[in-house]
Amino acid sequence: MKQIDYPQPNTQITIRGLDKSFAGQTLYKDLNLDLPKGKIVSIFGPNGCGKSTLMNMIAGLIPIDKGQILFDGKTLAETKIGYVFQNYRDALFPWLTAWHNIAYPLKRRGMKAAQVKKKVDELSEMFDIRFDLQRYPYELSGGQQQTVCIMRALATDPEVMFLDEPFSALDFEMTLFIRDKLQQVQLATGVTMLIVSHDLEDAVFLADEILLLTRRPTRVAEIVPFTLARPRTAEMMSHPEFIRVKAHTLEVFKREMAE
Amino acid sequence: MRQTWTRRLLPFIGPILLYLLWETAVSAKWLNPVLLPSPGETLGYLFKALSDGSMNQDIGATFYRTIMAFIVAAIIGVPLGVVLGSSESLYRSVEFLVDFFRSTPSSALIPLFMLIFGITDTNKIAIAAFAAVLVILFNSAYGVMNAKKTRIMAAQVMGISRWHIFKDIMLMESLPQTFVGLRTGVSMALVIVIVAEMFIGAETGLGHRIIDAQQLFNIKDMYASILVTGAFGYLLNVVFLLIEKRCVHWSGKA
Repeated sequence: MKQIDYPQPNTQITIRGLDKSFAGQTLYKDLNLDLPKGKIVSIFGPNGCGKSTLMNMIAGLIPIDKGQILFDGKTLAETKIGYVFQNYRDALFPWLTAWHNIAYPLKRRGMKAAQVKKKVDELSEMFDIRFDLQRYPYELSGGQQQTVCIMRALATDPEVMFLDEPFSALDFEMTLFIRDKLQQVQLATGVTMLIVSHDLEDAVFLADEILLLTRRPTRVAEIVPFTLARPRTAEMMSHPEFIRVKAHTLEVFKREMAE
Repeated sequence: MRQTWTRRLLPFIGPILLYLLWETAVSAKWLNPVLLPSPGETLGYLFKALSDGSMNQDIGATFYRTIMAFIVAAIIGVPLGVVLGSSESLYRSVEFLVDFFRSTPSSALIPLFMLIFGITDTNKIAIAAFAAVLVILFNSAYGVMNAKKTRIMAAQVMGISRWHIFKDIMLMESLPQTFVGLRTGVSMALVIVIVAEMFIGAETGLGHRIIDAQQLFNIKDMYASILVTGAFGYLLNVVFLLIEKRCVHWSGKA
């Protein structure tokens, strides 16, 4: 008899027996995974291994073939989630001002106008917003648009926040700013964050755990913990511990590529 | 400064060249002067006709028919297009019909419409509305179908209901393309109204006036009426562009 695979304590997301194939090709076969609560987990792996697919299946954007995904024992429908897309230009609603973009999910939940305003003000303060939120997304810079996306994803106080390559379309200055803000938000709210990244440095820098995936059919190669104190500033990119974890991650990655 | 001045004057070069060419053609007698009056005379006649109001009835009739046809077409075309566009399989099942009738010159259907509606105003409005409705429908449907998937997914993860995704996201996403359809549709309606006025026993309208002037050999009136028709079509386009700019300020920017 197969032993029941109970989740570890302090688990937010439990994945059991997940199967997924595309056009007859197996991507995932019987994947079991626990993702910790209130932590930042980066998903990293070779091209085409299905990093984004895994995240999108958890977020309910791609159907799974078989298996179960639970959030603290609840289904997706019972869980509040936030999602930040790689392409902020396509994710924001250009017919609404930045302010109304952030307020939209709250209004649709039936929140009163005064409360909506309070929440948006709270977020602007947290993100130290210096630009005019009454402008339309296409009038803002890329970094400002992505900031608005993150604020919108956080507006509903999600339990889990998904970020799909949030830095890949941003310049370095903006990447540093958003890294700072994400850490700050995570500390303040304790939201569980799941980040997909194709950049090793980005993947390691923010993470409490780096989930390393193999080539397809995809398995978990290793879960690398990274415990450097927070908040991590840009200077910590030369910290010996960061360099050690990055080197180790790279080693595992290269080993998986070679197989 | 000088450069901006020259730039502002650029749009006038074309019309001035046409005026000079026309003038030369008349004074050099390239064409029989009976068939082509000078531009000065024609414009003089046009302004006289506009100021003494003798053209007003015809302009009014054409305007009324075009706008009525357009309104009918928009009321049917936009909602139907949006509904068809929201279901890919629904659209695919009627795609052939839409494309077939969109490719059929509407003027070919004038005799058929005469059988159904008789020689009435309704007939002219109906045939012009038919011509416009398919363009409008087609554009609205494609606007919805080409809605950015990311925006729909963004709404999905927010837990927005299907009806609100349709109303708040897909409908708004389709607007830029819908406006292209409306603009093309109104031009189409004007074309068909003018043709219908020429050949479906009309008593009024610019189309009727043009063919009447030709029959009576009132050449100046014919040219003046043609110019008014052109100006009318041009103004319709400008007005629609202005409305579009206000209603879909994000068009082409996002």
